[in-house]
Amino acid sequence: MRNSARKASLAAITALALALAACGGDDDDEGGDTGSGDSGDGDTGEATGGEFSTYIGEPENPLIPGNTNETEGGQIVDSLFTGLVTYNSDTYEMEFNGVAESIESDDQQTWTVTLKDGWTFHDGSPVTAESFVDAWNWTAYGPNGAGNSYFFANIEGYDELQGVVETDDEGNTEVVEEPSAEEMSGLEVVDERTFTVTLKDPFSIFPMTTGYTAFYPLPEAFFEDEEAFGRQPIGNGPFMANEEFVPGQGITLDRYEDYAGDDAAQADRVELRVYADENTGYTDVQAGNLDISDTLPVSAIGTGPDEWGDRWVESPRGDMTPLAFPTYDERYSDPRVRQAFAMAINREAITEAIFEGSRTPANSWASPVVEGYREDACEFNTFDPDRANELLDETDFDRSEPIDLWFNSGAGHDQWVEAVGNQLRDNLGISDYNLESLDFAEYLPLRDDQGMTGPYRAGWVMDYPHIQNFLEPLYSESALPPAGANDTYFTNEEFDSLISEANQADDPDEAVSLYQQAEDILCQEMPSTPLFYGVNQLVHTERVDNVTINAFSRIELQSVTVVE
Amino acid sequence: MGRYIARRLLMTIPVLIGATLLIFTIVYALPGDPVRALAGDRPLTPAAQAAIRDEYNLNDPLLIQYLKYLGGLLQGDLGQDFSGRPVSETITQRLPITVRLAVLAVVIEVIIGVIAGVLAGIRRNSYMDNLVLVSTTLVVSIPVFVLAFLAQYVFGLRFGWFPIAGLSEGFRSYILPAFVLAALSLAYVARLTRTSIAENLRQDYVRTAKAKGLKPSVVVGKHTLRNSLIPVVTFVGADLASLMAGAIVTETVFNIPGLGRAVFESVQRQEGFVIVGIVTVFVFFYITFNLVVDILYAVIDPRIRYD
Repeated sequence: MRNSARKASLAAITALALALAACGGDDDDEGGDTGSGDSGDGDTGEATGGEFSTYIGEPENPLIPGNTNETEGGQIVDSLFTGLVTYNSDTYEMEFNGVAESIESDDQQTWTVTLKDGWTFHDGSPVTAESFVDAWNWTAYGPNGAGNSYFFANIEGYDELQGVVETDDEGNTEVVEEPSAEEMSGLEVVDERTFTVTLKDPFSIFPMTTGYTAFYPLPEAFFEDEEAFGRQPIGNGPFMANEEFVPGQGITLDRYEDYAGDDAAQADRVELRVYADENTGYTDVQAGNLDISDTLPVSAIGTGPDEWGDRWVESPRGDMTPLAFPTYDERYSDPRVRQAFAMAINREAITEAIFEGSRTPANSWASPVVEGYREDACEFNTFDPDRANELLDETDFDRSEPIDLWFNSGAGHDQWVEAVGNQLRDNLGISDYNLESLDFAEYLPLRDDQGMTGPYRAGWVMDYPHIQNFLEPLYSESALPPAGANDTYFTNEEFDSLISEANQADDPDEAVSLYQQAEDILCQEMPSTPLFYGVNQLVHTERVDNVTINAFSRIELQSVTVVE
Repeated sequence: MGRYIARRLLMTIPVLIGATLLIFTIVYALPGDPVRALAGDRPLTPAAQAAIRDEYNLNDPLLIQYLKYLGGLLQGDLGQDFSGRPVSETITQRLPITVRLAVLAVVIEVIIGVIAGVLAGIRRNSYMDNLVLVSTTLVVSIPVFVLAFLAQYVFGLRFGWFPIAGLSEGFRSYILPAFVLAALSLAYVARLTRTSIAENLRQDYVRTAKAKGLKPSVVVGKHTLRNSLIPVVTFVGADLASLMAGAIVTETVFNIPGLGRAVFESVQRQEGFVIVGIVTVFVFFYITFNLVVDILYAVIDPRIRYD
């Protein structure tokens, strides 16, 4: 009850904010059109200097790479660190522009990582093989409680770092057995610039995964004082932190002069300013008090591109929002029911009417930015109400009984889930639908615990740009909760064996084609149906230029130039 | 007087214990698993969940959790939030900001409210009286967040007189939010003062003062006002405490990192230690302000004695 009252007042605030921001927007038209967009060619030669500011929300964890898996903290951490490999922001391909010279293997299982010379942390200490091995072991070690621990689950010896934990019905945990090791046996330092990684099973795209936040190196200073590090991280990236992060306020980062990478920072300083409300941030950009905001009020989205001209920046986001099905529920156990649902949803109508272009309709389980994406991956993920009804007629689905639609509350999902409900009701002739929404803290345990009584909202943001990232972590048997994110409880032997075959393939093209065959099984079995892909949107002032936001929803702060 | 104050201060101890236990119980009763919510759509390994639950005593039953908290409290440890930051630090960092905002708001509400109330009260049904009545009715009926966005838009964006948000410009940054925060109470203070003044002006002692040939300014300023202020002081004292706790909307819209916002955010994340710690601070202030108000009664009206 307390919650719903609070949510209601928030909704009221938002509604009002929309109205006001809308008035504000109209008056600023002149400003937007005169924006000078083409000063500064963005060519990385000499740094342009200057200072600028950008919007972030409050990070949820200490600023430790192994503990950071949400966007806000991620923006800070990704500006402070550079991983083994990087991803091209236009083509999304993996590039060896990070610390790794090469990552090679003969059998896709034992990988040799060779580091480049000359990389240093912000405190001057060199980035060595140990910097990676120690960091990975720390994150993987269960008692450290690091959120990104599961990224190392495929490395040999990971299980010995977890111990045995029992969870009762109320979610209480008991450590039955302490971990027997603190270091994964699969990691071995060969010399200062070389280490080997032995995986439990072959994994052909392992190098590509190592660009993710979880795999960043840590300096020795981290192990001396973890708490201080979490406030003021010492990384090896284009920016360095000369001061602590202040909750509710933010952090100012300076260019790291000895940065060894190609993408050195252009500006001298960047202030990442914490905002509690996106309307305030947006108004501040309008007034010129803040240079960049990538969290925009809903009211700004429809009219934004006209208003801001070339100071409105868009890019595809590497994510996918599906409507997932509780395959464990008898009513949804027949794949034909799920396929009928998939065909009864008009995705274009929802992305246009509700999201006004801030989402694009989805057909494939993988995001368009990843390797292996196919535009028409599945015939059932397109709107075809007639066929949907024919298919549903074949089953013994009871249309007279209302369906439940689940989503997490307070996160802006109400409108589109309701639209999906209306479409399912009208297009399939189902008597009615009930909206069931819960706070994230209640929603997630229920979802992990097979508690969904109807189709539900899920979501996945990629960790690395490969189709595998949208398949194995979500639909394989080894990813069942609580250790994994397969909350539809979909299990399919053929799917699992295709994934494992793909993981072993030494030819990248062959691997991709095997992953796609696995995706075809999702099309036949339909544990979830893709609805839409996200679009990053940001606005900036005339003071800054060359502002880009990548598929991971990170503003590439190092390439921002200050015009003034 | 000294004994009275000492007795009142001693009473804060059971009140604080009761308050913390109550808040602890409420947080405990909140449905859902805050640890699971930390990871969002991503998985969180059982070992990591166990480590976090253990660190925050979440595996213990309510009473044990509370006793462990009290034990820490006696050693000056208020616990920590989910990002590992001590609650005491959050409080010391944010309390000054909240106090500054609340005090400025109270100063605004007292100065403007009392002046408007006096002007309205000494000549009832005059133009001034009607103006105060209409404008206070207007302010009372507009929700705070409307006022906040309006102020931000008009004085921040259009005229550019004040910063739109944040604290980067020091004292100037507090003016706009303080006015918004004060607006509602200002209306109450004005109306309280008006009624009180109007009532006192009809009293015998005022007639006597007038008959003695005192100047009207002395009659109102020295005699009537002092007697009329008791209800206003009662209101303002309680209001100062509630302005500190209730500034959530204002702090959010104006992006001011105060305690109100911290409580709001930690309720969303179910960070028990943070909620209990900050609310305890609120309770403490509430008790203190009430005590100060009671003492002020004696100062304003010498007939009141506490012995």
